[in-house]
Amino acid sequence: MKWLDEFADPVAARAVIDDITATVTRRWSIMEVCGGQTHSIIRHGLDQLLPVELIHGPGCPVCVTPVAMIDRAHALAATPNVTLCSFGDMLRVPGSNGDLFSVKAAGGDVRVMYSPLAAVRLAEEQPDRQVVWFGVGFETTAPATAMAAHMARTRGLTNFSLLVSHVLVPPAIEAVVPSGRINGFLAAGHVCTVMGTAEYEPIAARHRVPIVVTGFEPLDVLEGVRRCVRQLEAGRAEVENAYERAVKPEGNPAARSMLSDVFEVCDREWRGIGSIPASGWRLAPAYREFDAESRFALDEVDGLHTHEPERCRAGEVLQGLLAPDQCECFGGECTPRSPLGAPMVSSEGACAAYYQYRRVSVG
Amino acid sequence: MCLGIPGKVTAMRDDNGVPMATVDFGGVTNDVCLVYVPEAAVGQYVIVHAGFAITVLDEQAALETLRLFDEMGGAP
Ligand code: SF4
Repeated sequence: MKWLDEFADPVAARAVIDDITATVTRRWSIMEVCGGQTHSIIRHGLDQLLPVELIHGPGCPVCVTPVAMIDRAHALAATPNVTLCSFGDMLRVPGSNGDLFSVKAAGGDVRVMYSPLAAVRLAEEQPDRQVVWFGVGFETTAPATAMAAHMARTRGLTNFSLLVSHVLVPPAIEAVVPSGRINGFLAAGHVCTVMGTAEYEPIAARHRVPIVVTGFEPLDVLEGVRRCVRQLEAGRAEVENAYERAVKPEGNPAARSMLSDVFEVCDREWRGIGSIPASGWRLAPAYREFDAESRFALDEVDGLHTHEPERCRAGEVLQGLLAPDQCECFGGECTPRSPLGAPMVSSEGACAAYYQYRRVSVG
Repeated sequence: MCLGIPGKVTAMRDDNGVPMATVDFGGVTNDVCLVYVPEAAVGQYVIVHAGFAITVLDEQAALETLRLFDEMGGAP
């Protein structure tokens, strides 16, 4: 496919790897923030070809959505006259009492959708049902959620609302830096497509870490690593854009303006990591009437006691402290067919990527 | 949901005031909202997340990056 195959050329990949190998004087540790990059790295075995340690970051939105939020979605899906819509992956994430598909099996109206626009359309078609969009993801999917809220308001829809659990990448980078294990970062290219690169400047300066905006194809990842080790070897710590075909320094102005209209920054709970200050978006006051949590008084729902499965070590995996195949449950008790934790559900989750492409190492 | 790959805009239309496109991802087509990329045109490549194009691929920049890889491979 055009603009994909060109960035997977093995001859060029070899040249970039040789360049990196000739540059490094020690084994640097570099975190790829985004789950899409993790997927690409494990799928192509890039970590096994490189003379650096690649640490997988917390950038899988499905993985970091806390159990309490999944349980709220369950409560909504089980409410009479409510249709709950979200991305397919979200429906398979285990909550305190099974996944959303189990609510569907018990008679709840749960729908898989590829875009929140489809949920808006459904609300227009079925005025006597309450349609709720479960909006999760980073800065890449948030513009879609924002537009759904905006359309609901301009079209005066009273039967559409949103359960919003959006998260932001820069605060997550700040949260994992202090472990001291990470020398440099590959920033998530598509997040920067929306937000631009300015937010990373203070982080690079404050923590003295290079941050290289990186794409997702094998050559993109290798080029990100190459630029990162060049900086490290030269003692530089700058923000650099290695994904110029998709990322402009200012990001996407139309999307950013919609985001700042519809959302406001809030503290968010990250699954397995805990609360990170100013790390998420919720609906701004002008859009509160479309907030499903207040429309359905979810805070008062009885029995909203949540728990994480104890044996799942997702928190450590998401912070790059543990490789997925070091978890005792990996590949045994926990598989993509019956996941114990969220990182085994989504293809962007590190555990699922290891399971799909690196099961041989389990023994 | 987050694995955005480039797709080619093959047709554009207005849906109730919302700019929409048919985008071809290597043979699989999808309905995509163009509201965030007013500059998009038929024949261009866009990156799509959750049904919304979030950027138009800069083909000039793409070719430039590929040229750098070529040079690296050609170096002694
Ligand atoms: S392998 Fe399964 S149980 Fe272990 S950390 Fe990953 S998701 Fe959790």
